[in-house]
Amino acid sequence: MSIGHTLLGLLETGPRHGYDLKRAFDERFGHDRPLHYGQVYSTMSRLLKNGLVEVEGIEPGEGPERKRYAITDAGITDVAAWLGRAEKPEPYLQSTLYTKVVLALLTGRDAAELLDVQRSEHLRLMRELTRRKKSGDLADQLICDHALFHLEADLRWLELTAARLDQLAREVRG
Amino acid sequence: MTTAEPLLHAADLRKSYGPTPALDGASFAVHPGEVVAVMGPSGSGKSTLLHCLAGIVRPDSGTVHYRGRELSAMPDTERSALRRSEFGFVFQFGQLVPELTCVENVALPLRLTGVARKEAEARAVEWLERLEVEDVGRHRPGQVSGGQGQRVAVARALVTTPRVVFADEPTGALDSLNGERVMRLLTDAAHDTRAAVVLVTHEARVAAYSDREIVVRDGRVRDLAGTI
Repeated sequence: MSIGHTLLGLLETGPRHGYDLKRAFDERFGHDRPLHYGQVYSTMSRLLKNGLVEVEGIEPGEGPERKRYAITDAGITDVAAWLGRAEKPEPYLQSTLYTKVVLALLTGRDAAELLDVQRSEHLRLMRELTRRKKSGDLADQLICDHALFHLEADLRWLELTAARLDQLAREVRG
Repeated sequence: MTTAEPLLHAADLRKSYGPTPALDGASFAVHPGEVVAVMGPSGSGKSTLLHCLAGIVRPDSGTVHYRGRELSAMPDTERSALRRSEFGFVFQFGQLVPELTCVENVALPLRLTGVARKEAEARAVEWLERLEVEDVGRHRPGQVSGGQGQRVAVARALVTTPRVVFADEPTGALDSLNGERVMRLLTDAAHDTRAAVVLVTHEARVAAYSDREIVVRDGRVRDLAGTI
């Protein structure tokens, strides 16, 4: 999962301090693997250098980091491009796709569209594997079938998520 | 993607059953030799779209053109003749006639268009061979397995060498292995005869036998390839 894009997407919902960002990330996406502070600060300095975020203000206080970050127009464009781009189909994509769906809902983008784009990308690979399977020997068939069943599982998750988008939107927007 | 005239083209179809719209401005096009999967959740309007495309159901508004002619403008007799000779159908449960043998079932569409019994049955046997079920030709549908019955149903759909095959969840009642076999044989045969296939399915592994997919949601068509 792209931590940079995820933090950027969270910032699109409003400016935040580094600490708030970490907390928002952990709450929504970090379930088993919370971010380290170091990851947040190194990511933010990279986003800052690339002009995707800016420092809106620095507040005096305890600790080393009291910068308040805001997303720039270039940052918003970057988030949109990431959400709109299909992920390379591979098993266990759910956490990335889940993150994208939640961020799309949080930032008022079309989450159904994102799922459609991903479905299309999955089916493209599944067609390729099906063609290989049709012309291959039994070993090829079994190898392709294994990949096809995994991709199908992703797609079933996509369909289920698409059917629950309204409910998810209500929950993530609180 | 081909840019030639589509074989079958639907524009802005609307159809309601009572207060609920089953189709709400759906458009669709399929070209000769193309296999298109129609996907979407249950109740999204997939089957209604297929029925409108095949001239089984008349839309409340919108048009369906087949080879340049509008289906709803045709007299019923002509539309029925079209369905017998130019369209083929495969359903989830083969819907074979239980009293007839498998050969007779496959020969039936030819017999209905006036082909003599002997010739119709000879062609039926060829199609049963092609679908790898020649050994059940003399059996009645009740005596064959689900996978065999479905392959007989595919043979029946293709025996008239239709230009369009409509398949509504053709593997829905089969296990994976039999489902794959039906799809391989159906799509190979359709490619060989340049028939277009409109394949309604909710299974991704079945849709993977198509050339492209459309998604029906809330009675509207989502076509990422932008072919409409």
